[in-house]
This record gives sequence, C-alpha cells and structure tokens, in this order.
Amino acid sequence: MNKTLRNMFLGLVVFLLSGPLVVVGGVSLNAKKRLFFPPEGVSLRWYVELLTENSWLIPVKNSLAIAFTSSLLALSIALPLAYFLWRYRVFYARALFALGISPFILPPVITALGFLSFWVTIGLYGQMMATMISHAIFFVTLPLVTISLGFESIDHEIVEAAETMGADSGTVFRTVIFPMVRPYMISGYAFAFVLSLNEYIVAYMVAGFTVETLPIKIFNSLRYGYTPVMASVTVVFVLLAALIFGTIGRFGDLPKLLGALNPEEK
Amino acid sequence: MIGEKPKGVRAHLTVVYPALMLAIFFIVPFGLMAAVSFFHRQPGGFYVTGFELTNYINLYTALFGRTLLFSLLLAGLSAAVCVSIGFPFTYFITRMKRRAQVVWLVLLMSVLSLSEVIVGFAWSLLLSRTAGLSNLFVWLGLIARPVAWYPGFAALLFGICYLAFPYTVLVLYPPLSRLDPALPEAALTLGASPLRTFFTVVVGSLRNAIVAAFVMVFVFTLGAYLLPQILGRPRHWTLSVLITDAAIYQTNMPLAAAMAIFFMGVSLALVVLTMMIGKGKKVKAI
Repeated sequence: MNKTLRNMFLGLVVFLLSGPLVVVGGVSLNAKKRLFFPPEGVSLRWYVELLTENSWLIPVKNSLAIAFTSSLLALSIALPLAYFLWRYRVFYARALFALGISPFILPPVITALGFLSFWVTIGLYGQMMATMISHAIFFVTLPLVTISLGFESIDHEIVEAAETMGADSGTVFRTVIFPMVRPYMISGYAFAFVLSLNEYIVAYMVAGFTVETLPIKIFNSLRYGYTPVMASVTVVFVLLAALIFGTIGRFGDLPKLLGALNPEEK
Repeated sequence: MIGEKPKGVRAHLTVVYPALMLAIFFIVPFGLMAAVSFFHRQPGGFYVTGFELTNYINLYTALFGRTLLFSLLLAGLSAAVCVSIGFPFTYFITRMKRRAQVVWLVLLMSVLSLSEVIVGFAWSLLLSRTAGLSNLFVWLGLIARPVAWYPGFAALLFGICYLAFPYTVLVLYPPLSRLDPALPEAALTLGASPLRTFFTVVVGSLRNAIVAAFVMVFVFTLGAYLLPQILGRPRHWTLSVLITDAAIYQTNMPLAAAMAIFFMGVSLALVVLTMMIGKGKKVKAI
C-alpha cells in the first residue's frame, strides 16, 4: 500500500514538474502564434527565426558571452577562497564564508541596486563588462558551495600520505587536491553558467538598456506581444542543460557531486 | 597540515585575490547603496550627497507596509509548501538505486535551467482558459467549462513553488542521502508504523536541514520579481517590484536604497529568528 502511495506522489510531482517543459516544447513547435488545446499544426519556423533573426541572435550571443566569462571569474574567486578555508584555520573563516555566500542569499534586487549605484558612480553603467563582473560576484556562491563540498570529501589521509612521501604543498595541490576537486569546479561552473543565462534583474539594472540579454529580451517580448521564438530558445537551453548534466550523470558521479557520500552499491 | 594556522605572507596570499574582489565589488557597492539611502533626492531624478532620514521616513506608507507584509507572507507560505513536498520527495529519491537517482537529478537540473520568466510564461499558459489544464479537466469530465486560473494568488504561489522546488531538493539532498538507513530500519523493527518512523526518526534527525531549507526558500522567494508581475495582480506585487519601480521608473534612488536596506534588515532578522527557533534544544547524551 505504501509503495503505490509513494508512486502516486512521485507521479504527481513528475506531472507537475514536466508540465511547463511540455508546454514550452509545444509552443515552440506550434504552427500558429497562439496556443490552443488541443494544439493545431506543427512547425519548425520559430527555430528557424531564432537562428536567422538578429534581434534574437544578439541577445543570445550577449547572454552566452556574459555567462561564459562571469562563471569563469566566479570560479576564479571561489576556488582560492574555498581552498584557503579548508586548508587553514583562521578566526575569520566564518565571516569570510558568509561574505562569499552573501551576494546570492540576499534578495537579488538589493544586490542589483548596489551594483547599480556602484557602476553609475564608477562610470561603467551600461557596459557589458559591468554585467560580467556583477554576475561573477552574484554567482560566486555557487562554485564556492560546490567546491567546499568537494573539499569536504577529500580524505585527509591521502594528503598526509603525499606529504609523507616528500611532496611540497604546491605539488600536493597540483597532483592530489586539484584532480579531486576538479569535478566540483566543473559542476559549480555549470550551475553559475546556467543561472547567469537566465538572470534578469541584475543584468537589467546594470546595463539593461544597452546590453540586451536573453531574459531581458524574453520579458520585453512577453510584455509587448509575445512570440513563440522565446519558447524555441528555452527548449534549446533546456536540452543543453539536460545534455550537460546527463553527460555528467553518465560519465561522472552526479549523486556524489551533489553531496551524497560513497555508498555501497544498492 | 590541514587545519593549521596560515604562516607567512605566501599562505595568506591565496585569500587576498578573492577577498579583494569581494571587497571591491560587493562590500563597496553595498556600502554605497547604504550611503545613497541617506542622500537627498532632487526633483528630476538626481540625488546629491547629504545626510537625511527623509527616505526612511517616507517608507512609512500603507503601500510599503502592505507590500512588505505580503512579500513576507508569500515567502513563508512558499517555503512551507516547498519543504513539505520537497522533503518526502527527496527522501524517496535518496532511497532509490543510484541509476534511478541520476535520472531524477537530471530531470531536476533541466527544470532548474528554466528561467523565472519562462516559468511564469509556461504557467500562465497552463493556467489560461484557452490552452490550460482546465481544458484537460473538461476533457476528463471533471468540470463543465474551461476556466482561467491566473492571474491570482494561487497561480503566483504555484509558480514560485515550482521555481524554488529544484533548489529545495538540492539543499535537502546531501543531508538526506547521508542519513543512515539503519535508523529508520531500527524503528520499523521495533514496531513503529512507516508513517510514524518517517515523522519521528527521519524528520526528527534532520530538523536542522529542514530549517536550513526553509530559510533558503524563504530568502529565495523574497527576491521574486518577475513571477508576481506575470502570474499575479498588482496587489500581489512583491517588494522587489516596488524597489525596482522606485529605482528605475521613478528614478528615486535614495528611496529605493532605503527600501532595500530596510527590507534586508527585516529579512535578516527573520532568518536569524527562524534559525534560533529551529535549532532547538541540544539532545543530552545518554
């Protein structure tokens, strides 16, 4: 009896979780602009428009460029920070970690407003670099959390063994620690990348009128007359995310990356 | 070696770059915004350096109070819903075989990659009259005519819970997957029903994780900006909408900054309160 209840519960959750995915897919393939149920006509024209219209290609390019660089920058800040906090014991460790996760746990409007005042004062308001740096700081939390998780899983004995055999701290980092933390760096980067692609409010406040990112374009098109192209672009990105995480799941250890410990085989 | 105090300049060098970046690009902007909240706003949209409490006094309006209260209630409710559904859900996932877990996790990651605006758009369609779920219900014979379930509070709550759900699962996943399966097993062997085991053993031993997840969703939802505008009516607009409106459309940065600082103070206070209540008494060792 419990098994069926559990399966019904899971089934309901799956139904609700995948609802929007199905809808977005349906809109992207719909022949007409407005969606009715049952749907009428299948067409790839929205995908074609996505690939040929500059008004969509430019925001896509902007978003990809911003996501790529800001996530890299976020990673560059998170890695030494996580390493330092794991390797050494300092009385300000908690404060430092709190600083690292603050940009993300504050309501985004507050961080966005802070960035707005900052960039206006500096004079870089409206520049893509401002968006890149703002996103990097905003998303530092993600690689910080995943990499800290990775450091947590390192067996201290292995590091001690390497040292006993004569490796200095640089070699230990390069040959022992870094390879063990690398998958967590990649997953942290992937998270920051995906979230940066979808981030609206910081990008809008910092350079929204000059640097049009994808979410800004989608929200505008939603307000002023929607076009199914935004569904096509979403489908592409969801498939991309599914591909990336599916690959990690197939070749890596996704449960472990997300925090599970090494279990015995179930 | 690990966990010792850092000695010398070289050891401290590792943390200089991240600390500097965070100081320049986070602490400074934040401090700047705090300062701006005391500045004087000139008619026409500009503001001059100064120190006055006008902006904080101007907060004392019915609109701000009502919006603040609504935002807090919405956040609390969504957090409660998300954790109530997410906790048993994640528990079931962690009890599955590794292979099955990966499938579920990839599904969740794909859902996570949906942006807030797309979630709003998709749910606005799903809850619409012409193409929404109500048509499915008509087809199944459950209701007579298709009906629009959005915009409205329920639609907004639904959309927010949907958006926050993958994060809830991700936050609950590590502690739940590390739960020793022997614990619920022991309870079952001793005669407790599965339901009782779940509530007393599983929920009981993971109280801290539940509180942490609740706080996370609460804070996450406080930041909702797009969903209230897409799925809700103007009376459902949250504080984030109000603040952005003041900053961009009314070009009243000092007021927006004051709202933001106040907002942050209130959320921080609530977070601290929740964590204090949640941690509870320490169990005495036998």
